[in-house]
Amino acid sequence: MDDALFLARAQFGLNIGFHILFPTLTIALAWFLLGFRVLYQRTRDPAWLATYKLWLKIFALSFAMGVVSGVVMSFQFGTNWPRYMTTVGAIAGPLLAYEVLTAFFLEATFLGVMLFGMNRVPDWVHITATAIVAFGTTVSAFWILALNSWMHTPTGHVTDAGQVIAGDWLQVIFNPSFPYRLAHVLIASGLTASFVVAGLSAWRLIHAVSDASAAKTLRAGLLVAAGLIPLQIVVGDLHGLNTLKHQPAKIAAMEAIWKTERGAPLVLFAIPNEEKRRNDFAIELPYGASLVLTHKLKGELKGIDAFEPDRPAVAPLFFGFRIMVGIGVLMLLVSWSGVWMTRKGRALPHWMLWVLAGFTFSGWIATLAGWIVTEVGRQPWLVTGMLRTRDAVGDISGAQLGASLTGYILTYSTLLAAYFVVLTHMAGKGAATDPPASSHAATVAPIARAGG
Amino acid sequence: MDLLPIVFLVLMGAAVLAYVVLDGYDLGVGMLMPAASDEEQSVMVASIGPFWDANETWLVLGIGILLSAFPAAHGMVLGALYLPVVAMLIGLMLRGVAFELRVKALGWHRELWNWLFWAGSFAASFFQGVMLGRYITGFEPGFFYWTFALLVGASLCGGYVLLGATWLILKTEGALQAKAVAWARWGLLWVALGVLLVSLATPLISQTVRDKWFDFPRTFALLVLPAATLALGAWLWITTGRMKRGDASHDWRPFAAAVGIFTLAFLGLAYSIYPYVVIDRLTAWEAAAHPSALKVLLLGAAVVLPFIVFYTALSYRIFRGKAKAGLYD
Repeated sequence: MDDALFLARAQFGLNIGFHILFPTLTIALAWFLLGFRVLYQRTRDPAWLATYKLWLKIFALSFAMGVVSGVVMSFQFGTNWPRYMTTVGAIAGPLLAYEVLTAFFLEATFLGVMLFGMNRVPDWVHITATAIVAFGTTVSAFWILALNSWMHTPTGHVTDAGQVIAGDWLQVIFNPSFPYRLAHVLIASGLTASFVVAGLSAWRLIHAVSDASAAKTLRAGLLVAAGLIPLQIVVGDLHGLNTLKHQPAKIAAMEAIWKTERGAPLVLFAIPNEEKRRNDFAIELPYGASLVLTHKLKGELKGIDAFEPDRPAVAPLFFGFRIMVGIGVLMLLVSWSGVWMTRKGRALPHWMLWVLAGFTFSGWIATLAGWIVTEVGRQPWLVTGMLRTRDAVGDISGAQLGASLTGYILTYSTLLAAYFVVLTHMAGKGAATDPPASSHAATVAPIARAGG
Repeated sequence: MDLLPIVFLVLMGAAVLAYVVLDGYDLGVGMLMPAASDEEQSVMVASIGPFWDANETWLVLGIGILLSAFPAAHGMVLGALYLPVVAMLIGLMLRGVAFELRVKALGWHRELWNWLFWAGSFAASFFQGVMLGRYITGFEPGFFYWTFALLVGASLCGGYVLLGATWLILKTEGALQAKAVAWARWGLLWVALGVLLVSLATPLISQTVRDKWFDFPRTFALLVLPAATLALGAWLWITTGRMKRGDASHDWRPFAAAVGIFTLAFLGLAYSIYPYVVIDRLTAWEAAAHPSALKVLLLGAAVVLPFIVFYTALSYRIFRGKAKAGLYD
């Protein structure tokens, strides 16, 4: 039973962990594409067209990765967690179905027009199709995060004959953690996409210094990143305070506070020791955690001891949170210095291009770390206070789960490897093969060389 | 009698039929790829490129309705079909990304993704058939029942090849269209054999199905289904025969006939299974979700489905006419 639970979780976690990468990128990338498309429409600058075409291809590939792994998810709800649907299906079912009805069909249908319709439909129809795809991806995030937030902080439900059903749908959807989570995830998507845009453009510039389209795109990515990151820090803080109010055990684990105390220190680094319920090698800032979380030096913070035994594992939350915040701080540094360095059309120094290239997928790492914090932080609950993860698992045998897990691991590693190879190749090739862009690059090349 | 669960049974059936017909043609085109030249392959992929993603969404909708309207059945069905479902999903994943990767990868990778596009299409089709075979026999264990399921798997591949080939007749011209005509005729023979075997085997295997079909005098009324299927098959054979002799004027007819055959076969199956969601175990009423959930779902479906149908039609209109190579370049 425990083996089956472990395998069911490993498989579901692997699948969501793989899947989440692509929507996180494509939600905001769709809005970037709309921006590139509109910029081209207004300026008729071939550099923007080259940018749009390149990123459309990257979008198409990323979107396909998200679609195929998303289809798997719709099956795994039932195969891995059958009791989830029989217990809270009256709430989860409609939310998931609304996502399919209002978002998936919209995205999938207009994606075709967006990808292949540029020469078939009038400009305004093509721009509208691009806008509809962007809108659809965001609507999809709305529904899925409403359900996910409800699982964290359920409100608006009533019980009827042993089944959890919705009493007030508005309360179900707009549950206490939803606005914060939605904002946090959408901004995370914006950051992920802007660092991918900036990073791959930097990669293009490393290979072809004079690529005008890449330089403009890089600047666009940097500007969006620089604007979003302070916003994310504020929203992330608010989301944390909201979590402290509704899921204090999660916060205690994130901060590795084992005992309830007044004036709790901020643990900067430690190795949480689950057996002895304390931190080894802790570096602490006295009163720090109380100050940050209660805004009082002597504020009381509930420790993990207050929640035993219904509390999450500490180490994944403690480290996950630090990875996420650490990347966030670095993102701030990199994007702001990048914007400063590219002021008034200056070109970035070579080392900065490499830094940006290195940060291409930083958003993915931060997103995965944050996702682990929030999902592992909900354990042992699948739906807080209502359904435990171990009670939702089905009776698929360990052997079947193991075999399918192997199949999924092989498939996902193949897909991911292919994705990286193709992406690097496309970015390296850049717009150089695109006729209008290459002629454009040729005309600006001497100027750039003279300037550099 | 509470009508809501029946409404959702019909909706789920409609979504599954839409999926089978729509993704059926693009899976069929995928299976036919190795029989075509490089240039022809480019045209074939161009004929399905703008549509495959939306086609696959009908599967998510069908599963979504099963999940949200019949939650008890979702766990039971997908649990019993676990391994074929996983195999089908891996097939769908590989072919889905292969659309992009077969043109974007380089060197031997390109060959690999071309091959995976075919293999993924084939695996998805075959295991969907296996799922159907297991489903209509109520997941009975044993060699005989599994052989039956494999047989249904092979038949569904034939069915999708027929859909794919007739789609290509509609969307291509010249030498490729002539090839597609030959493929369609082979596909039709394959389907005829499959439908015949399944129609004979299903009543033998299931008492429930037998009682439903051999209930005189109702049986005579039911004979309309096989008779109409036979007539459509004949029509398909005749029109493709004409095309073979060089008359390409009614290129939409074979596809229409193939869709008709699928619809009739689907109605026959639906009649066999109704009112069960899991044959002999769970009826629609027993499996149905709480009425409050069903009402919310119905509201959403009633408001949004007309829009989906409208913009799907719009997309087919935008990409009407014969497909050209190089869509993905």
